[in-house]
Amino acid sequence: MLLSLENISVQFDALKAVDGVSLNVRQGERRAVIGPNGAGKTTLFNAITGVFPPTDGKIVFDGRDVTRAPPHTRAGLGMGRTFQITNLFPNLSVAQNMELALRGRSRRKFSFFGNADLTVDERAQLDRALTLTRIGARRDVLVRELSYGEQRQLEMAMALVSAPRLLLLDEPAAGLSPAERAIVTEIIRALPRDITIVLIEHDMDLVLSLVDWVTCLNNGQFLAEGAPADIRGNRQVQDVYLGRRHA
Amino acid sequence: MKRAALWILVAALVLLVLPQVLPGYQVSIATQILIFGVLAMSIDVLAGFAGRTPLCHGAIFGTAAYVVLYWTTVAGGGIFTGVALGVLAATALAAVFALLAIRTSGVYFLLLTLALGMIVWGVCLRWTGVTGGENGIRGLGRPEMVADHVTFYYVTLGVVAPVTLLMWRFVHSPFGLTLRGIRDSETRMRSLGYNVPLHLFLAFLASGFFAGIAGALYAIFNDYVSPSTVQLTQSVAGLLMAITGGIGTLLGAFVGAGAIILLENTVSAFTARWPIVLGITFIVIMIFAPEGIVGRIRLLRARMRRVSSP
Ligand SMILES: Nc1ncnc2c1ncn2[C@@H]1O[C@H](COP(=O)(O)OP(=O)(O)OP(=O)(O)O)[C@@H](O)[C@H]1O
Ligand SMILES: [Mg+2]
Repeated sequence: MLLSLENISVQFDALKAVDGVSLNVRQGERRAVIGPNGAGKTTLFNAITGVFPPTDGKIVFDGRDVTRAPPHTRAGLGMGRTFQITNLFPNLSVAQNMELALRGRSRRKFSFFGNADLTVDERAQLDRALTLTRIGARRDVLVRELSYGEQRQLEMAMALVSAPRLLLLDEPAAGLSPAERAIVTEIIRALPRDITIVLIEHDMDLVLSLVDWVTCLNNGQFLAEGAPADIRGNRQVQDVYLGRRHA
Repeated sequence: MKRAALWILVAALVLLVLPQVLPGYQVSIATQILIFGVLAMSIDVLAGFAGRTPLCHGAIFGTAAYVVLYWTTVAGGGIFTGVALGVLAATALAAVFALLAIRTSGVYFLLLTLALGMIVWGVCLRWTGVTGGENGIRGLGRPEMVADHVTFYYVTLGVVAPVTLLMWRFVHSPFGLTLRGIRDSETRMRSLGYNVPLHLFLAFLASGFFAGIAGALYAIFNDYVSPSTVQLTQSVAGLLMAITGGIGTLLGAFVGAGAIILLENTVSAFTARWPIVLGITFIVIMIFAPEGIVGRIRLLRARMRRVSSP
């Protein structure tokens, strides 16, 4: 197992946003996490990445207990993520955003008086990630001047560039036009198979074509799990998505 | 890049020729501008690059000045050791401030650093046995070889120029870029693997080190230090210089220091209420040119370039 969650809970005051969820993700797996708004999907990602450490339960990543580890340590171990609400460096250029993404796990971030120019290796990595996410032509543009769709592509490029072992994608296609969604779907499909992916997504058509296994959450709790086609036909899942209360 | 080299050459020439054409008193104003430019740059490292606006740099700067003058007068030590100890003390004080303040941001950071600076001021005022209380510490006069205005100007320039180069490299290094990343999004930086508090701590330390250099130079320049040197007004003036020049531009600090110091000298001929004038200037700048002089010039140039290119 690359990632295993044992009985994870995250409590915000009176609200249990994640309530006793257990989840195992194999190396190389492509997993979707679905669930209605407020189900606790993003909070689960925040628990996995250490933004809000779980109030209860245990997280093991690559054989290591990281339950209490700070976010930067987890990133150092090979967790990469994107954010549901675009979270970039708006006053820096695309290339500078990528440089920061690239050096988060390298010693060069502590070069105090050195030249900030890219090394040959760094440039190759950066080019690969920008080509994969199709924003190579925009590298000298300030991020705040990119279109929303391009910002979403940069989100992915930044998570990718340092070659994470686990990539957590939080609604990468949220708010995009159908044409842009198709691009994002293609980008995810083209990611190297050795990157393990957990994807939060509402669009079942998109999910169906990308992942091997789906976990459905509701009200912070585990609801169902299965192959995409089975989940699609699952009564309980249909009920929560249509907003009906199930007994 | 060719153009940048040209600008540097012009600036160097002007700075070298300046004391030859200015009358004596104004040479010492130019010296003061160089010194306060370094203080303003050290503030810009935090305010402009790391996105943390400090109000304690007067205290850090003044601490270096106190240590230098205490060492050379009361303790009877040499000037070079004094400067080294002064800068060390400033850096150590910055380390303590940093430990207390880096987990806050925005207004909380501003107020916390303000309070820390006030403590230093209180100590300087009350610890009469060491600091001389309200009387401060008067030096024994500048060392013989740098006693006249022009020589001292060149010595200051000889220190300030390499320090500026060093600071330029610092903010444009891979580490400097991490500070700008933190300014824009801490959560993203964390998720990319950066230990944000550690980076802020190191930035604060560097900032204190440079403010200490400015303070040590000031001690020799002014040959006198009193609680007013570590006062809040000093921190505000330093910050205002950084803002007037253009926050996040580094070199704007010299433009801002020049504008504020010239204003102070002009105003003080008419009124003793300099702090009030300083406050009003602050407000006017924040309303009409929050990006500062150099920031505004850059903005206009970028706009012109966009208009001229199709
Ligand atoms: N920082 C926080 N403080 C308090 N409550 C929070 C916080 N973050 C999330 N919540 C609450 O936790 C619950 C789960 O939110 P979460 O964002 O995890 O849902 P989600 O499944 O990602 O929903 P969506 O599909 O809308 O993105 C919601 O009720 C939300 O209001
Ligand atoms: Mg969400």
